[in-house]
Amino acid sequence: MAEELEAEYPGWKKALEDTGEQVGFFSRFFKNIFTGGFEWSELVRQCYEIGYRSIMLVGITSFIMGVVLILQLRPTLIKFGASSMLPTTLSVSFIREIGPVIIAIICAGKMASSIGAELGSMKVTEQLDAMEVSGANPVQYLVVTRILATTLMVPLLTVIGDVIGLFGGFLALNLRDSVSFSLYFTKVIGALGFTDLFPALIKTIFFGMAIGFVGCYKGFHTSKGTESVGISANSAVVTASLWIFVIDAIAVQITSILFYK
Amino acid sequence: MLLLCKSPVYYSINKMQADKEIPIKKAATKEGEVVIAIKGLKKSFGKNRVLKNINLEVTKGENVVVLGRSGQGKSVTIECIVGLLKPDAGSLKVFGQEVAEMDEMQLKELRMKIGFLFQSGALYDSMTVRENLEFPLTRVLKMDDQSEIDKRVNDVLESVGLADAIDKMPSDLSGGMRKRVGLARTLIVNPEIMLYDEPTTGLDPITSREISELMLKMQKKYKISSIIITHDMECARIVADRVLIMDEGEYIAEGSFEELRKSKNKLAEAYFTDIS
Repeated sequence: MAEELEAEYPGWKKALEDTGEQVGFFSRFFKNIFTGGFEWSELVRQCYEIGYRSIMLVGITSFIMGVVLILQLRPTLIKFGASSMLPTTLSVSFIREIGPVIIAIICAGKMASSIGAELGSMKVTEQLDAMEVSGANPVQYLVVTRILATTLMVPLLTVIGDVIGLFGGFLALNLRDSVSFSLYFTKVIGALGFTDLFPALIKTIFFGMAIGFVGCYKGFHTSKGTESVGISANSAVVTASLWIFVIDAIAVQITSILFYK
Repeated sequence: MLLLCKSPVYYSINKMQADKEIPIKKAATKEGEVVIAIKGLKKSFGKNRVLKNINLEVTKGENVVVLGRSGQGKSVTIECIVGLLKPDAGSLKVFGQEVAEMDEMQLKELRMKIGFLFQSGALYDSMTVRENLEFPLTRVLKMDDQSEIDKRVNDVLESVGLADAIDKMPSDLSGGMRKRVGLARTLIVNPEIMLYDEPTTGLDPITSREISELMLKMQKKYKISSIIITHDMECARIVADRVLIMDEGEYIAEGSFEELRKSKNKLAEAYFTDIS
């Protein structure tokens, strides 16, 4: 039966095994959050490495996105005589969708690859095995701390990126028009409600968790050889980016059903 | 001689031989008692049968050296002993307990009694030497008395002759120093069994000899039982109480170093050809 299925649909067994392994890995992560000996100092170190060291990248990208969006939106809105809607349009589109998704993609590129490469090289150089045979728990020390750090830091970076992006929009708007700081931000904040902020923030938590999980999983499952480290890092970025879009699609559906009937 | 006395090598050997006490808990096993018992062990990876029929007993305080060509399953055997790999068939008992039947907690307790020295040393490269050595103390033994931790770290580093390297990063150490720190990291938790995976591979003859003598010293001093996988015949000569030769997933010859040296077994002859 299994052989017939394999002939008909090659790779199904491997796909099932991979899914099973991922579920097992995720359950090990959850189990280890609540078992004794939580690594607080390592969590703080990872938050610093993953979060603080990404602020510059996220800030610059968000600022440019804010500027570009205003420059792209302006001619179109002027055509409809709605140039006064620029801050509102930027604010809603940036906070609801563009900010969280683009920042998460940037974080996937930076965090998932670095986690995948770091754990992958630890695997290749037998450091993970050394940790395991010493009786220490590599999942608790390496995986739990990294996934929690990305889960905490991606939403925080998104908030920071959103603010910087909106500020970039303000500067871009003043390149052509003259809008006061208070008027711009009154319009920006006035356009936002609970249904814009809350779902956007919640989905970034899942983005962060996906980035950390994919990075750790790919790193832990690196096969032997230095070439595999590069493959793991690359695969971590691609898979995490894909997951971000999948989660975003699901989140938008749920938000639409709950808030925009 | 005076020049030699001042050389770093002489200094290093001298320091290693300094009889530094490493705090140790009382051994749970008695001398002569079987600590590792393997019967009919089999392990395959896909269609590749790596271990076909492994039978081995290691007694308390015994150094068993395993020789064999690469890819014959030597490392797989010791990875089965610490539960990194699960055998397909056969019995593998450590301290009388079947490893395959152990739950996570029992496996952790077992691993606390076994030291595993990897070929590369496997130092955690994001940590200093001190942090590498503190890791098993704080994470495995759950020690929180910093003065006791410092004492153990300093003592074990002095035992391997690397007290000065305490704050260095692994990337700043030579291959031999890495192996010695790796050895120190396993010894710091006072294991009853040591598993060495090619401990002298890639080292110069002097450092290889230092490591071999250190292994012997640890065995004599703490009655540690060891399985040593090596291709280094000088290392085997220094440390072995018993030598096994592995070929195609089985042990094909066994005896003391001298017995195997005189053996007419072809594979044994191939190994001992250049030994005078």
